[in-house]
Amino acid sequence: MKMVAEFKIHYRQILGEAGEVVAPLPRFAKDSAEVLRMYQAMTMVRVFDTKAVNLQRTGQLGTYPPSLGHEAAHIGVGAAMRPEDVLAPVYREFGTQLWRGVTMTEILTYWGGDERGSDFAVPRQDFAWCVPIATQTLHAAGAAMAFKVRKEPRCALAYIGDGGTSEGAFYEALNLAGSRALPVVFVIVNNGWAISVPVAAQTAAKTLAQKAVAAGIPGVQVDGNDVFAVREVVGEALEAARDGAGPSVIEALTYRLSDHTTADDAGRYRSAEEVKEAWALEPLIRIRRFLIDSGLWDAAKERALLEECTLKVDAAVAEYLAKAKPATDAMFDHLFAALPAHLSEQRLIARHYSSKPGVSKPSGH
Amino acid sequence: MVEAIAMAHGWEMQHDANVVVIGQDVGANGGVFRATAGLQERFGKDRVQDTPLAEATIAGMSVGMATHGLKPVAEIQFMGFLYPALDQIVNHMSRMRNRTRGRLSCPVVIRTPHGGGIHAPEHHSESTETMLCHIPGIRVVCPSSPARAYGLLLAAIRDPDPVMFLEPVRLYRAMRQEVNDDGQALPLDACFVLREGSDVTIVTWGAMTMETLRASAELDKRGIGAEVIDLATLSPIDIETILASVAKTGRLVIVHEAARNVGVGAEIAALVAEHGLYDLQAPIQRVAGFDTIMPLFKLEHDYIPSVQRIIDAVELTFSG
Repeated sequence: MKMVAEFKIHYRQILGEAGEVVAPLPRFAKDSAEVLRMYQAMTMVRVFDTKAVNLQRTGQLGTYPPSLGHEAAHIGVGAAMRPEDVLAPVYREFGTQLWRGVTMTEILTYWGGDERGSDFAVPRQDFAWCVPIATQTLHAAGAAMAFKVRKEPRCALAYIGDGGTSEGAFYEALNLAGSRALPVVFVIVNNGWAISVPVAAQTAAKTLAQKAVAAGIPGVQVDGNDVFAVREVVGEALEAARDGAGPSVIEALTYRLSDHTTADDAGRYRSAEEVKEAWALEPLIRIRRFLIDSGLWDAAKERALLEECTLKVDAAVAEYLAKAKPATDAMFDHLFAALPAHLSEQRLIARHYSSKPGVSKPSGH
Repeated sequence: MVEAIAMAHGWEMQHDANVVVIGQDVGANGGVFRATAGLQERFGKDRVQDTPLAEATIAGMSVGMATHGLKPVAEIQFMGFLYPALDQIVNHMSRMRNRTRGRLSCPVVIRTPHGGGIHAPEHHSESTETMLCHIPGIRVVCPSSPARAYGLLLAAIRDPDPVMFLEPVRLYRAMRQEVNDDGQALPLDACFVLREGSDVTIVTWGAMTMETLRASAELDKRGIGAEVIDLATLSPIDIETILASVAKTGRLVIVHEAARNVGVGAEIAALVAEHGLYDLQAPIQRVAGFDTIMPLFKLEHDYIPSVQRIIDAVELTFSG
């Protein structure tokens, strides 16, 4: 019998679980300012996340999907992308979005039930949050097709979760990207759980990275709690895509330390021991260890950073809470470039019933 | 209402070994709304299965299971996630009986939450029943109370054809009622008269029955007796009950949360225009969601028709 195909999936790690360097440091990791910037961003998103959950618990925010434990994956990706690239997020990758310029106020505005949060001041080209699972992967492939056709040296990057890799759209996106050598990178954030369903119940595949193999594109696994490794691997994939070498798939292994969303109770379906073990591997520990070992960090700096993050988060929260509820016109004004006549009439009806004073009652209902 | 739904599953699984429950998070988690709570513990992992995260998978595997001896009751977690399943529903589930001349059939129930009003995230508050009602070969059912959810779900599971079962999220926990776990089904393809009245007929379904009943109580004070009809089965429509009511009242108002354009209300209005025009003393009024995308939750209560909008529409039928 002759072998016609075989595959190997590599696993990449730079910082070990105790912050020890286990592979050659990439250039960015030798730049202390850059490493500090990544650590500060990871800390910022952790502080933001904690606050957002508290806002939900006190009735000041809608359902919110915490990113607790995903900070290395999200900041690593953000730092690897170029500003002109396009991000197609799922709904949890706040670290990447903050790195790219989305504001905390915008994030809170969206999860507070207001579409204005999706109108990012920066970056204008990024897709908004994508709740229908896996659909965004095809948008990223399409954006990459646009770059290819228009000969722009840009890349698209789509996130997807472990559960999302079961959706047809994900396979279709990989297939399309591979068949057309599109400049797109798919980052699977494998956090172990799709709400209550563990990865082992999702697929018989040993890795999610190997799903790339059937599409004829490279797939690699990376320690998703190691911000250096994530940034390096994603950076390599983006540069290859930019150079015309086509797409790739990166599986970042991490753990969802929180409930799926604030509407979920993970205690119903997973053990406290498992979560406790995962906390020992959480991504801030090892980068902080690396900084301390490099003489770049100490307890006083940590305190100062936490204070600064808290001030920034509090300012964003104040700005969010001060935002008035949108007018009912907001339902209509962005539906079409030009509003059809029957909707202009409905817009008046909505105004009338919105309990705003001074609007006369239109005819009809 | 959510407990009544879990109870109906339990009864039918206990009495029919071919009934299986599939969906995302329906097992250990008991469903994100707890509509399948406790079922996996009771009936095991073969009969209560968490599927991979893929809606086309859920609908497509239901077709395969149903044509070969099982009766799948599938949960699609939110109505906004139903669309990948539509290919299987439109092209196979709804027409398996017809295209095989009755040789194969699809006794499937697909349950999904319906509508808004609970501060849910984007794509979680849809009411797109019109799309489903337009598909020949499937029934579309939407209960408006715990007792009707129990009885109609049993009927849906026992029905030999596919049923889309839409569960209004506003009623999951808002409405509490004692329900006997006696295995008694309620009829499909039949309206329920929730309240008798002689001056105006108001047809509605799902969660909008709440606003409609509130509006009716207010209209009573103004001397207008409203007959409130819960459509319950949205397709096919029990038009006889509606026509009989309109013959009595002479006025018709239709209330639904879904967008007005080509909504189920338009079909009811057309049927009454065809068969009961001469009973009408005033033009038919529709009170519906706007023809916009369901907004995020800051504005959802400006989208969902209010009690006042219903009252105003009824009064308009008297102002001619």
